[in-house]
Amino acid sequence: MADTTIPLDTTATVPGTAATRRPGRSPATRRPRSRATAGSGRLAALLVSPTLLVLTIVVLYPTLMALDESLYGPKGLDPRTGFISDTEPFVGLKNYTDIFTQAGDRFWNAFWNTTFFTVVTVSLETVIGVAMALIMHKAFRGRGLVRASILVPWAIPTAISGLLWKWIFNADGIANVLLGHQVLWTADGFSAKVAVVIADVWKTAPFIGLLVLAGLQVVPKEVYEAARLDGASALQQFWRITLPLVKPALLVAVLFRCLDALRMFDLPYILIGAQKGSVETLSMLAQNEASNVRFGPASAYAVLLFLYVFLIALAFVRLLGADLIGEAGGARKSRPRKAREVTA
Amino acid sequence: MKTSTARAIQCSAALTAAGLLLTACGSSGGSGSAQPAPAKFNGRGPITYVAGKDTTGTVQTIIDRWNKAHPKEKVTFIQLPTDADSQRQQMIQNAETKSDAYTVLATDVVWTSEFAAHQWIEPLPANRFPLGKMLQPVVETGKYRGKLYAVPASSNGGLLFYRTDLLKKAGITQPPATWAQMTADCAKVKKLPEAKNMSCYAGQFQKYEGLTVNFAEAVNSAGGRITDANGKPDVDTPQAKRGLDFLVKSFKDGTIPKEAITYQEEDGRQAFQAGKLVFLDNWPYVYSLAQKSAVKGKFAVAPLPGLNGPGASSLGGSNLALSSFAKHKATALDFMKFFTSEESATYFLKNASLAPPYADLYDNAALDKQYPYLPDLKQSITKAVPRPRVVQYGDVTAAIQNEVYAALTGKKSSAQALKDLQADLQKLTAQ
Repeated sequence: MADTTIPLDTTATVPGTAATRRPGRSPATRRPRSRATAGSGRLAALLVSPTLLVLTIVVLYPTLMALDESLYGPKGLDPRTGFISDTEPFVGLKNYTDIFTQAGDRFWNAFWNTTFFTVVTVSLETVIGVAMALIMHKAFRGRGLVRASILVPWAIPTAISGLLWKWIFNADGIANVLLGHQVLWTADGFSAKVAVVIADVWKTAPFIGLLVLAGLQVVPKEVYEAARLDGASALQQFWRITLPLVKPALLVAVLFRCLDALRMFDLPYILIGAQKGSVETLSMLAQNEASNVRFGPASAYAVLLFLYVFLIALAFVRLLGADLIGEAGGARKSRPRKAREVTA
Repeated sequence: MKTSTARAIQCSAALTAAGLLLTACGSSGGSGSAQPAPAKFNGRGPITYVAGKDTTGTVQTIIDRWNKAHPKEKVTFIQLPTDADSQRQQMIQNAETKSDAYTVLATDVVWTSEFAAHQWIEPLPANRFPLGKMLQPVVETGKYRGKLYAVPASSNGGLLFYRTDLLKKAGITQPPATWAQMTADCAKVKKLPEAKNMSCYAGQFQKYEGLTVNFAEAVNSAGGRITDANGKPDVDTPQAKRGLDFLVKSFKDGTIPKEAITYQEEDGRQAFQAGKLVFLDNWPYVYSLAQKSAVKGKFAVAPLPGLNGPGASSLGGSNLALSSFAKHKATALDFMKFFTSEESATYFLKNASLAPPYADLYDNAALDKQYPYLPDLKQSITKAVPRPRVVQYGDVTAAIQNEVYAALTGKKSSAQALKDLQADLQKLTAQ
């Protein structure tokens, strides 16, 4: 229905405008292109609009709501009646200034914890994940079993794996039995950080492994054959061929993991517990405020976390050229250059 | 989102609600008529009962009994997660959206002030419930500013579990009444060959609500208090310091094992059952479970020890409250009366070993034979001190946990921790 009317419309208007603006060009060469773009553009808009609508409802609206909410303070207690007032006072940017002044210590502690967990867990996961992918990629007997067992941790919900590791890290747990010496993992301290890192790496290294494996499987075998003929060592093959060729997949995997790690909540909350300074993340801070019915400050924390996540994502896309949209999308300009670099 | 008109409407709604409250309270406190404020508790029909997951299967039985007798006013049981924080979270969400999905709420004893101050729950007509037959500290937990907001359904108090076999072997006939006796008894027991690898005492010292409970017990048992009668913090005192010092010192000299800093109720119970502890401070639920373990027949209970004599427990338990946004409040009130009746409490005691709020159930010889801990539990509950009854309980308990944990782990001296705690609590209760 739409494609019968749209082309008629464009053929009627486009030749005239094209002719007046660029007299040197023949309308015959312009017409098919402009008809195709205008028509498909409108169709694309039509097809994309439900997605945009859903995104507006589930992403844009809540974000704006949170921004608005973060400008309101907690409800006050009326000392005469003993009741909490029904409305939240408008406090402007006070929630934000509070975060950087009176709640500063707790905020920066949570900020550094979040950053620490992101950097450490994602680095470890990248190394281990790539190793897993290389193992899974090799042809050997029982490969299916190895692949399946590597993926098991990723299939377990985080809350469950939090409980699982809580038992492992118990004072009498298997971790201490293996170490032969008692470490109080779930008490507040550096060992709690280590416990969270171990549990998170165990759970999510397979995710990176899986995405890298997908990247590995599209690398043509001929490239390696040629390299071997040229006398490249295994290490050289890895650095010069494997790594550059899986880089797009790896970058996407690392980006996803970074964004996940930045909003880490359930693992430290279940494994170590609430209000433990050594593992408290920004999400836990926001949850803590919200659970004490202070939605304004909670939103302020959430907005700051949102900005932090947004900046990291932007940095990935801009600086490292992570190909989020796929080869046909926005990264089209930079792709061919990179592909040439790799093959050259 | 929050336009000024919406706010004005909310404000006026609050004012009318407050006005209704005043009239309602005026009439309920006065003449003692059978139907106080009929306008407030009207509407009959199906309602819901909202509580944490029922692991004993007894709640549904009681609800079935009600449903059989009241086919037109059926009660549906909505089960929330087992941990108290998630239950509170879901009840708050329900209240914030002013949903009528929840009618009768099973609330923790420490939530009453917060829920009442936010007007998430209704003030109740006290003369409709047999409060006079209940233990007084338990009834107090349902009150906010002198008005009843929640009816006790079950109670709970801390008990000292101890190894009778080892004490007997070491020549000790009586369970310890003071901390000094307890450490002395422990030293004697530790000389026995079978107690070589045992630790003396543990409670719940992980950084969570249990730590607040144990700290409050230590402070109250040493003659101190966290808040005074008017709810003002009063924790920077020599008495409170003696209480906290007992815990800090016990951690330092190994009376309490190092690993107890990670103990919640279950960890302590398992350590006791595995024969690693001589003394354990825990709730009565441990009794029936320990009877099925390796220490069966080798242990007994006593009231908690204190500084100069028997100590004071923190009060636990759960109450029933009525959601302000619910429909069919007349039915709800009747159901609450039924659910908290002595008959129901007896059923819960027999089938789920829940501590009843009724005084005379503890003096029932037949029940005492089945549950030998009942007399001690009664003493524990009647002498128990409620945790601070403040509107911002979540922040208060977090502040207590922070400072006490710092003292127990040696990051702060107990004097400094109490001084900082006093300052924190003053800030929190000043608003």
